[in-house]
Amino acid sequence: MANDHIDITVEPGEVHALLGENGAGKSTLMNQLYGLLQPDEGEILVDGEKKVFRSPRDAIAAGIGMVHQHFMLVPVFTVAENIALGAEEVRGGPLGFLDRRRNRRDVLETSKKYGLPVDPDALIENLPVGAQQRVEIVKALTRDVDLLILDEPTAVLTPQETDELLAVMRSLAESGKSIVFITHKLREVKAIADRITVIRRGRTVGTATPDTSEDELAALMVGRDVSLEVAKGPAEPGREVLKISGLIVEDDRGVRAVDAVDLTVRAGEVLGIAGVQGNGQTELVEAIMGLRPVRAGTIELEDDSLIGRSTKQVLRSGVGYVPEDRSLDGVVKDFSVAENLVLDMYDREPYGSAFRLNPKAIAVNAAERVEQFDIRVSSPQSAVGTLSGGNQQKVVVAREMSRPLRLFIASQPTRGVDVGSIEFIHKQIIHERDNGTAVLVVSSELDEVVGLADRIAVMYRGRVLAVVSPDTPREEIGLLMAGITGTQEAEDDQ
Amino acid sequence: MSTATVEDLTEITAPKSFWNRQRRLGAALVIIGLIAAVVFGSLAESKTARFTLSEDAEGAALSINGQFGAILFGIVTIAAGGALLAGVAKRWQTWLLGLGIVTFVLSFLCWQVAGKFLPLVDTASGSLELALPLILGALAGVLCERSGVVNVAIEGQFLMGAFGAALVGTLATSVWAGLVSAVVGGVIIAAMLAWLAIRFLVDQVVVGIVLNLFALGVTGFLYERLMQPDALKYNSPPRLPEWRIPGLADIPVVGPVLFDTNLLVWLALILVFVIHFALRRTRWGLRTRAVGEHPTAADTVGIRVRGLRYMNVLLGGVVAGIGGAYFTLVSTSAFNKNMTAGAGFIALAALIFGRWTPFGALGAALFFGFAQKLANYLSAVGSPVPNQFLNMLPYIATIIAVAGLVGRVRAPAADGVPYVKS
Repeated sequence: MANDHIDITVEPGEVHALLGENGAGKSTLMNQLYGLLQPDEGEILVDGEKKVFRSPRDAIAAGIGMVHQHFMLVPVFTVAENIALGAEEVRGGPLGFLDRRRNRRDVLETSKKYGLPVDPDALIENLPVGAQQRVEIVKALTRDVDLLILDEPTAVLTPQETDELLAVMRSLAESGKSIVFITHKLREVKAIADRITVIRRGRTVGTATPDTSEDELAALMVGRDVSLEVAKGPAEPGREVLKISGLIVEDDRGVRAVDAVDLTVRAGEVLGIAGVQGNGQTELVEAIMGLRPVRAGTIELEDDSLIGRSTKQVLRSGVGYVPEDRSLDGVVKDFSVAENLVLDMYDREPYGSAFRLNPKAIAVNAAERVEQFDIRVSSPQSAVGTLSGGNQQKVVVAREMSRPLRLFIASQPTRGVDVGSIEFIHKQIIHERDNGTAVLVVSSELDEVVGLADRIAVMYRGRVLAVVSPDTPREEIGLLMAGITGTQEAEDDQ
Repeated sequence: MSTATVEDLTEITAPKSFWNRQRRLGAALVIIGLIAAVVFGSLAESKTARFTLSEDAEGAALSINGQFGAILFGIVTIAAGGALLAGVAKRWQTWLLGLGIVTFVLSFLCWQVAGKFLPLVDTASGSLELALPLILGALAGVLCERSGVVNVAIEGQFLMGAFGAALVGTLATSVWAGLVSAVVGGVIIAAMLAWLAIRFLVDQVVVGIVLNLFALGVTGFLYERLMQPDALKYNSPPRLPEWRIPGLADIPVVGPVLFDTNLLVWLALILVFVIHFALRRTRWGLRTRAVGEHPTAADTVGIRVRGLRYMNVLLGGVVAGIGGAYFTLVSTSAFNKNMTAGAGFIALAALIFGRWTPFGALGAALFFGFAQKLANYLSAVGSPVPNQFLNMLPYIATIIAVAGLVGRVRAPAADGVPYVKS
């Protein structure tokens, strides 16, 4: 059950934050409000009137708009086409010829009225995410919404873009619209919300005001006291383990995604890579892992070049890898926990040889890992797909840490993972560092990078703009994430 | 403190691969040009090749010495390839590629026609007629696939259309009744495709193949049990009349091809324009494309994804059914077991080669029709080139297209993906 007897009331002109962990049921709740899912029980009242939403069509008619976490924009359409879609201005009666001039004008009018600049003729696939989000908001506003739902809108934004979005939300609320702001980021909630509803495991666990402290909100959200800081001692960096220089990698479209990157990771330190998603982090890691061809440059693991090596060779040379998309690359969902724990070593003694598997050794290994990594599972023979996101991720981490490692790479190690598991995974990463492994952490959550890393490399448009200390003020890292470097300062340093 | 954005930093260049797409194409053209100039040129007889403007050997003609022509056009192909290799401006690339391919074909023709004649009108109208079912089949594919349903069942729709047209056309002794039942035949297969693929989420390629086998079985059975014993009563449909438009039909070459022909030719060409325009400029088209690219986005703005897909698949059935009528009302005047002989698959190839667009499909279909007509011509004049080679052309062209050699071939993003509400 994703939602269990939830009550929520949103007043006109207020920004109502819906706070909860990943998987708490926030999106499920709002998808019911938007007609994408049907509630089994309970009712929705709009202006005191009972409504049943069988599809988004009904919700739109009742004045509800939604900006989804994954943008609902057709990449090969223009901005104007996307905004018009479903509410097209047409001529010619039943033939329905698109009135492109009027569609375009409507877009520009709304854009101007709310101060949200969009170019009606640009193709969506060519726009940065921040602009795509503006298009989504304009799309909702052209439909005359009274209530606008924003589902995790800041996940893909830089801190500065987030501030802009918060300002837009504020001005929309002042013009009388109600806003539901779904998030798990406490800082943003405190900055913008008029009222806060906290959801945990599908239930409302409390309402709060923005004066409530972050610790209290976190405790409400998770259900117990949590430490938001990652406890760790100072790093003791040793020899250089990973050395990347002049690396150039292209993405699937042939556009240069990693552009002349130089990086080193030393034994016993965590190098964090910060940056808004889609700035080349994925391609960088894939290049190291032998998953993506390298155009130019070198990648060296101690004295061996990793270029041209297969992924298997890279893994076997002492690299642990937690991929960013767990369900796609991290686990085989229909396989058991035990099998997933030996995906990397199934053809090696004691788990098997070239021709057969050794189920006994695999089971013994599974029992040990489940214990050691606190994987909550009824039996190691259950399919991984039946586990929660946090436990699935622990399976991946357990597997990757079970080989002797020289380098550990974790991409978005805690995406879609509950707070308890986040703490655990963070501890394991620090533990691995303290054992003398070189660790590379890539995360789009700035908090996570700052918490784990001993040095932070900020990536923007495929380049490493700077390598800074985790004590650097957030604003400065935020500016770097937006591609703004203080050139004056850099010159002074020289 | 002044700030600067990354754009101001100096550009660092990576060694760009020399063999980009343009150069690879150029190299390919140079190679086939060499083959044309050397092989075709040396094999060709030094006799006059006549391309007559009428339907037979008489009258005005374009004439050229076969050997000279084969070598000359081969050299032009090499030159076009060389220009691509040297790296010309982008806007010339497509033209040069077209020029290279056309001159290669001309070189081949000079070799084959040397000492003989090729009637141009007959070749053109024959190509168009052979292309006709391919155009209609590919358009049916455009309608389905742009909305996100893969249609492998064009072959089955053709067969049902052809069978329906023959049977009802004979019984009612009306070519129009035949045409209507061809549409019904196509729609029956389309309805099953839509129902299984959209309602029950069965893999669309599998459904398509099953429906092809179904159509083959049903029509084959009825043909043997019903039509074969009493062909006069059940299998002698009337032919679709040919209409001649006075004036326009007198234009040399183009006139007899386009304006002295049957209704289906006009219908197919009009449909190309209509579907092209409707996809781009109407509400239906915008929504169809949205549903084929990103159905969830369409759903969240209140579009009925499944309903629209049903509609488009059925519309595709109408068009494919008309394509089926070609086989019994135009091409021959009797149904025969498996008479479509893979035309539906070539139509599918035309759809892909034409990049899922109506005009692309038209071009690809005409190209394939021409290849087929040429194959017939070659076997008629007793050419040493096996006509099977030319019959392979649609498939080879499709493989080349899918391999990405002629521009990026991109299917609608949600093509073949059933829509399930999350």
